[in-house]
Parts: sequence; structure tokens; C-alpha cells
Amino acid sequence: MADSLDNLVNQVRENRIWRSIFRSGSGDSNLRRSLFVQQNVFLHLFSIKARKRVLEFSATWYLGALTFGTFLILVITGILLMLYYHPSVPQAYADMKDLQYVVSSGVFLRNLHRWSAHAMVFLVFAHMFKVFYRGAYRTPREFNWIIGVVLLLVTLLLSYTGYLLPWDQLAYWAVTVGSNIASAVPLIGAKMRFLMLGGTAVNANALLRFYVLHCVILPVAAVLFIAVHFWRIRKDGGIYPGESVPEVSNK
Amino acid sequence: MSDSKDFVAVLDSDARKTPRRIAFITKRSSPQIHVKDEDRVMTYPEVFFRAAVAIEVMTIALIIVALVWDAPLEGLADPMHTPNPAKAPWYFLGLQELLHYFPPVVAGVLIPGLVVMALIVIPYFKINVEAEGLWLRDKSRRLRIFGIVVAVFCVFLAIFDVWVALVPTLIVAGFMLLAAQTNVQTAQGFRRWLVRKPLSFWVMTWFLLELVVLTAIGTFFRGPGWSWVLPWRA
Repeated sequence: MADSLDNLVNQVRENRIWRSIFRSGSGDSNLRRSLFVQQNVFLHLFSIKARKRVLEFSATWYLGALTFGTFLILVITGILLMLYYHPSVPQAYADMKDLQYVVSSGVFLRNLHRWSAHAMVFLVFAHMFKVFYRGAYRTPREFNWIIGVVLLLVTLLLSYTGYLLPWDQLAYWAVTVGSNIASAVPLIGAKMRFLMLGGTAVNANALLRFYVLHCVILPVAAVLFIAVHFWRIRKDGGIYPGESVPEVSNK
Repeated sequence: MSDSKDFVAVLDSDARKTPRRIAFITKRSSPQIHVKDEDRVMTYPEVFFRAAVAIEVMTIALIIVALVWDAPLEGLADPMHTPNPAKAPWYFLGLQELLHYFPPVVAGVLIPGLVVMALIVIPYFKINVEAEGLWLRDKSRRLRIFGIVVAVFCVFLAIFDVWVALVPTLIVAGFMLLAAQTNVQTAQGFRRWLVRKPLSFWVMTWFLLELVVLTAIGTFFRGPGWSWVLPWRA
């Protein structure tokens, strides 16, 4: 049974149409495993080999991978939630009620999106501190650290813009508190707040702006920066092995 | 070696002109190889498989959480009725707590701006790249600077009544002093670990502790009018 299944898999892999899409071919060779990564536009962000040591749980606690995992959950549940959501006042709140009482698994979808969002913010912070305490930001990884800081800010903005969308008391006043802080910026504060909210108070315009930021602009920014973040791991010599004596203290 | 001189020792770094070269190993240069050829595994399937399992386990955990606890949903947004207290999302509550003590331009703009700037420049500063213990060299001078910085900062916090930020500062300063009093040769266990920590470790740990303490206080211990409450009484 297992043999015939293997044969079938191999036959599919050797098939002309399959080969025209995936070029790595069949067989259990390291060449094929290398090609699997190298010939794929998404996977080739990663290196073909990795140090065995950095795969141990204690090295990274897999915090980067888990952060990416929460991002995937958020994209999937977010797209499904968009099918049931209108960014208008007061329909947005009515949609929350519909998710609760009308849409099948609507409550579950919203719960998963919300808790995953909290988890992502937490994991991004945890990932940052873990990277710092290992010293993985050192040369040549400085720039990837900066991309990480940008991703931290993008994550906070994603979470913050999403906070307004349910249009309940919690959302409204949390965003009011936040936008009042923006107006404390010297000289341009009031203008910044106006630009952010599309008005002088949190209203329907602000909801629409936050919706566009939350569902289009910020996710696209996140995807781009995540891609560069992953690619830089390969370019900077793989995940930090943490053994080398830093150059400065060698002098 | 044969009598006929079949090579001449010249100093040349061009491998095309002088392809045969001899390495003279003097006492000062060690022939030890620094870069080890270490065990590597294929990214596919090894790394992808492990990452996928980690993500799946987390997904299952989040699904269980989502099945058990409902996301909060309050009444329809009403600009006429301000809840007391009106709280920002939890990751901003540390800042909101600071907003209670400082003017908005300090707590809302200056402090977060400085934090972001400080995070960005971390890899470019030598103190962050050094891995040497803070107190292992030049100890008495460093202790003097440390004492002045901590004292000035604590007075500043006390003037603004920011006791919640003062306590973590004193805790970290206490551990730094403990490390300073530790003899690096004889210390064991935790103190041995502590004494080898560089300055960057102490600064970041202080920041982490402040972040956790301020966020926890803003989230759990603040009630109407931003007064102290106990989370189990609310």
C-alpha cells in the first residue's frame, strides 16, 4: 500500500504538467530538496540549509515562526470577516451582532481574529527581546533588526486600527484616547489628528480610514517587510548561531 | 629539504603571480581555525516541518482559546457617554499610565519617540556590541557614573510622583550593585551569571521591566478616574 502510494506520488511528480510547474522532480536526493526551495519564488527567501544548532527550541523558542503563524491566521480569518463587514456607522456594529447571532461560526471567527491579534502583538515583543538577549542584532544583522522594529510598529498600527472596527464603546473610546495623544505632537499635532481621523472627532470618516489602513495598506506593508525580513536572514548568514565572540572584544 | 633551491621566499599577496605560498606560524599567530564546519540540515523538509508543527500547535491553542472565551463587545459607540476609565488597547496602557504623570507631549510623543529611536540605533552603538561584563573593568569610575545617573533619574521620577516607574528602576539598580559587589573569580550560579552581564543587558532589562510593570498596572490596577483598584474588586 505504502509502496504503491509512493509510486503514485513519484508518477505525479514526473508528470510533464507537474514538472512544468514544479521543477524539483522526484526522488529522495539532497539535490531535489535543494531545488524544492531554490526553484520556488516564495521559499527561495530561505536558505537551502540551516545549522542544526539553531533549530533547537532554546535557540529561538520559534518566536519568529510563531509570529508569522499568527499573521497567517489573521489574514485568513480577516478575509472571512471582511465578507460580513461594512465600514459604515452604525452598520459596522450591527455586523458585529450579526456575527454573533446570524453568521454560522461568526463568533468563533471574531474570537480567533481578536485573540490571534493580541497573541501577535505579544509574540512580536517577545521575539524582539529574545533576539536582543541573544545578541543576534550584531553585524551583519543590523539592518534586519531595523526591519524588525518597522514590523513591530506595523503590527501595533494593525492592531490599533483593527480596534476601532467593531464600533462599540470599547473601540470608540480606545481610539479617542489614542488620537488625542497624536494631537499632542508640537506644531503639526492637530493636523496629524485631522489626517488620521478624516475629521475633528472619531466618526464615520475615521472608521473608513481605519478600515482601509487595516485591510489594505498595513497588511501590504507587513507582507513586504516580512518578505525582506526573511530574505535578509539568508543574506546575513542564516539564523544567528550565537557562538562567535563579537568582533569588538577581540581587539 | 633538497639542496637545490626550488623556491624563493617573497612577500606577495597576489595569488596569480606567486601561486605557491608558505604560511609562517609565529608564536603570536595561532593556526587554530575559528570557523568550524558544523552540522547542517536541509531547510526542506527539516526546517519547514519544525516551523509548521510549531505553528500548528499554536493554532490549536488559539482555537481552543477562541472556543472558550468570547471577544469583548460592548454597546454601540456613543460619543455622548464617556466610559470611566476610557482605556486604550493593552499594549498602549503603559503609555497611558505615563500620561497620568507627564504632560501629553512628554508621555505621548517624546517617550515613545525616544523608545523607537533607541530601538533603531541599538545595533550601531558599541556599548550594545560589547559583551564584556559592566563591572569587570574600570569599576570605581563606572560605579560613580552609575550612582549619579540613577540618583538624578530617581529624583526626577520622585518630583513627578512616578513611584510605579521608580520601583522597577530601583530593583534593576539593586541587581546591578549586587553584580558590582560580586567577585568574578569565586562567584557561583546566579551571581556568576549576573557579573558577566554588559551594560546593554542592564538597560534592556530595565526597559523590559518598566514595560511589563506599567502595562500591568494600566491594565489591571486602574479604575474610575485612573485611581488605584484591585483587579478582583472591579
